[in-house]
Amino acid sequence: MSSSFTDRLLGRVKLTGWVSLAAPLLAILFAALVTAIVLTLTGNPVIDTFITLVDYGSQPRSLVLIINNATTYYLSAIAVAVGFRMNLFNIGVDGQYRLAGLVAAAVGGAVTLPAPFHPILIILVAMLVGAAWAGIAGVLKATRGVSEVISTIMLNTIATGIGAYLLLEHWGVQLSANDIGTKPIEPSGQVSGLALIPGTQTKVFGLIFLAVAVGIGFHVLLNKTRFGFDLRATGRSEQAAVASGVNVKRMVVYAMLISGATAGLIGMPQLLGESHTYNLNFQAGLGFTGIAIALLGRNNPIGIAFGALLWGFLDVSSNILDLHKISPEIVTIMQGVIVLSVVIAYELAHRYSVVAEQKRVSRQLAGAASTTHKEGAAA
Amino acid sequence: MTSTGPLGTLTQEASISTETTVSEVAVQLEGITKRFPGVVANRDIHLTVQKGHIHAIVGENGAGKSTLMKILYGMQRPDEGEIRVNGSPVTFHTPGDAISAGIGMVHQHFMLADNLTVLENVILGSEPKKGGLGLDFAAARTKIKEISDAYGLGIEPDVLVEDIGVGARQRVEILKVLYRGARILILDEPTAVLVPHEVDELFENLHGLVREGITIIFISHHLDEVLKVADAITVIRRGTTVAEVEPKSVTARQLAELMVGSELPSPETRESTVTDVVALQVDDLTIGADGERKLLDGVTLTIHKGEVLGIAGVEGNGQAELVEAIMGIRSSTGTITLAGVEITSWTTLRRRDAGIGYIPEDRHRHGLLLEAPLWENRILGHMTEKVNVRGWWINRRGARADTERIVKDYDVRTPGIDVFASALSGGNQQKLIVGREMSGEPKLLIAAHPTRGVDVGAQAAIWDHLRTARAAGLAVLLISADLDELIGLSDWLKVIHRGEIVAEFDPAAVTPEQLGSAMTGAGEEA
Repeated sequence: MSSSFTDRLLGRVKLTGWVSLAAPLLAILFAALVTAIVLTLTGNPVIDTFITLVDYGSQPRSLVLIINNATTYYLSAIAVAVGFRMNLFNIGVDGQYRLAGLVAAAVGGAVTLPAPFHPILIILVAMLVGAAWAGIAGVLKATRGVSEVISTIMLNTIATGIGAYLLLEHWGVQLSANDIGTKPIEPSGQVSGLALIPGTQTKVFGLIFLAVAVGIGFHVLLNKTRFGFDLRATGRSEQAAVASGVNVKRMVVYAMLISGATAGLIGMPQLLGESHTYNLNFQAGLGFTGIAIALLGRNNPIGIAFGALLWGFLDVSSNILDLHKISPEIVTIMQGVIVLSVVIAYELAHRYSVVAEQKRVSRQLAGAASTTHKEGAAA
Repeated sequence: MTSTGPLGTLTQEASISTETTVSEVAVQLEGITKRFPGVVANRDIHLTVQKGHIHAIVGENGAGKSTLMKILYGMQRPDEGEIRVNGSPVTFHTPGDAISAGIGMVHQHFMLADNLTVLENVILGSEPKKGGLGLDFAAARTKIKEISDAYGLGIEPDVLVEDIGVGARQRVEILKVLYRGARILILDEPTAVLVPHEVDELFENLHGLVREGITIIFISHHLDEVLKVADAITVIRRGTTVAEVEPKSVTARQLAELMVGSELPSPETRESTVTDVVALQVDDLTIGADGERKLLDGVTLTIHKGEVLGIAGVEGNGQAELVEAIMGIRSSTGTITLAGVEITSWTTLRRRDAGIGYIPEDRHRHGLLLEAPLWENRILGHMTEKVNVRGWWINRRGARADTERIVKDYDVRTPGIDVFASALSGGNQQKLIVGREMSGEPKLLIAAHPTRGVDVGAQAAIWDHLRTARAAGLAVLLISADLDELIGLSDWLKVIHRGEIVAEFDPAAVTPEQLGSAMTGAGEEA
């Protein structure tokens, strides 16, 4: 009825029934169609390209890479989704996780602790740094009314600068001829991978369980707790939340802290599972991928999981295209079209389901009580 | 500047209006009816506005003035009836059609961009082009100066809107519609935002406009102002035009009586349940700093257990602010005491927790999460009640069971408690809110327009619930624009006007004249 477009876009409005499945599937089909057109226009074989993508993407090693990518994307999207659910656009996930990853890597490399405590310490440091960095934007919004979009974008740039300074001037050690990184983390602080997929030496990140736990935690926090209720109420209608006694300013700070703490986790699977150091190759830009995946999954923990896997599949399988002399950017086009058409499909599905629900309710009521219910002219 | 601009026609028509008789008709509405689902907003409206007149339309809030103006400005289409402008029938599909027929509207809330200059605001949307692409600022500046001088508006085109006062902004709005060629101006509550000397300036400007042949339709419910400025007055009550009067031949009292209706409902005879235990004591509640117009000015009131205190008043005179101050949503000075405990510094949640139930004026924006199931709406505002939470956790089972109870006891017509609140009709949404706010044994219920926009069946049910709760010792602060409701439910009435309590009455003994005069601020003169 009166939910805004952004409410629906950000999944604060629930889609029910088959439309919640049909909408994204149709959107993906549509994206494939657009990609096919682009392929045809650029003189590439359509069917063969898709078959190549699927073939390569379903090889054992690719599957592991897809899962590992998806683990990282998932954490990023959940971090974004926490904010989205209460109408906060945390564009700063990117800066938060990079700074958190750097500090956590430096602390992890500097200390040696017994096995279970060492990675736990690193993860806690990452969460704290992420939360603190996001908290700046939260406090600015709550106290001074600064738009979190603007402040988090600026904080991203500041984080890049601080990160470079800390790495180059203080914490960096020469790892190889042309690479600088933090002091590598001792084995006690590493989280070993799991050989889940047969037929490949590559291992699945051990911290995939952390991602699963974060997903469950996100669901429980939002749907089962008073805090989550306040958060969702604020996202759905700030005015109603104020009238109901929710301290919206405090909620803004808390939501940014939680979003930032989750963002701090994004670099952990890679750091503790594979690289063991924050070096010049530390992946940047994951925060923005998270925004796209959160939209794709409508901020729902299950939906985001599918979105993250799809994104991972497209990213990994696009690596093969170079060998076939096809530009891998074709996949970027597909990703863009998917997000765009999913947004449109959700909107159409929503309009349909609202009308359907109102019709259903009035039909059921008309059937049940046709006796006294009549609307008189109030004039 | 083109030869067909407003100033070109201005001189022509001005000369015409001096030659011809004054009985030339600018706007005529014949039998206009507009229905919304379940409500007739306008019924058989007849209105004749003479050219060069300031024609006031008065009526209580909800009487149908704004619907009528929306029809005249092309924002709504009438179901029946005919609109004639300058004698020829017209059909408006959009405001654009109305503008091209020479009708312009100045809204109560200004539609100006603060960070643009007056010039930029005026030309926004109808920019004069130069050479296809460029903007012809020079021509626009000349035209604005000409209009401003012709009507004595005194507008400087090159200052920023944020640097000018409220009165000047209003003149910019007027200039904006004149710039688009309007010859008939609709002013919606133009004095609501002005301080007294600005009101006088506005009236001078209006007289200047009509001297130049502009016709003005002036919507207001401040009777003293209307009597001062209007050439003709049409009164609307309950969606239809009930009288057309000349300001010279009526008093503010007579006008108030026409607005309110000559018969007030008599309160139902019933036993008083008022006790001598004070439930709510409000002392000297004030909102607004010194020097500016106060939204709430030294309001003091007492409600006892078992008492319904009704606040009468034309809308926008501080009722919403009073409610928000008592709820702790808006900051204020003064003291508020609930059942002997001072709650002035408490948060909204703590006040609710201490036993204040709140039926907000706008249920869609303040009372419900429309896109959430009914049982989640049961929790809203009651996040500390035992049925809804267990410590940090939402008590889903308890909240659902209690929602079922409300649905049953308050006769909320719904197929289940998992449907979204938006799927229910207004009356059923409101019954759910009433049921929710009556839960947890409140000490005080603030009911702002509790039956606005609900059907008659739900209205009667809500009134019954309020009476029952009152008999059980609940104190109720009732705010309403519906006099039936106020007189039928209240044990005592206070009248609020411009943020002050200006009068109080026993509902059993009040006369329509007394109530009407007090509500419209006509009391002092009449």
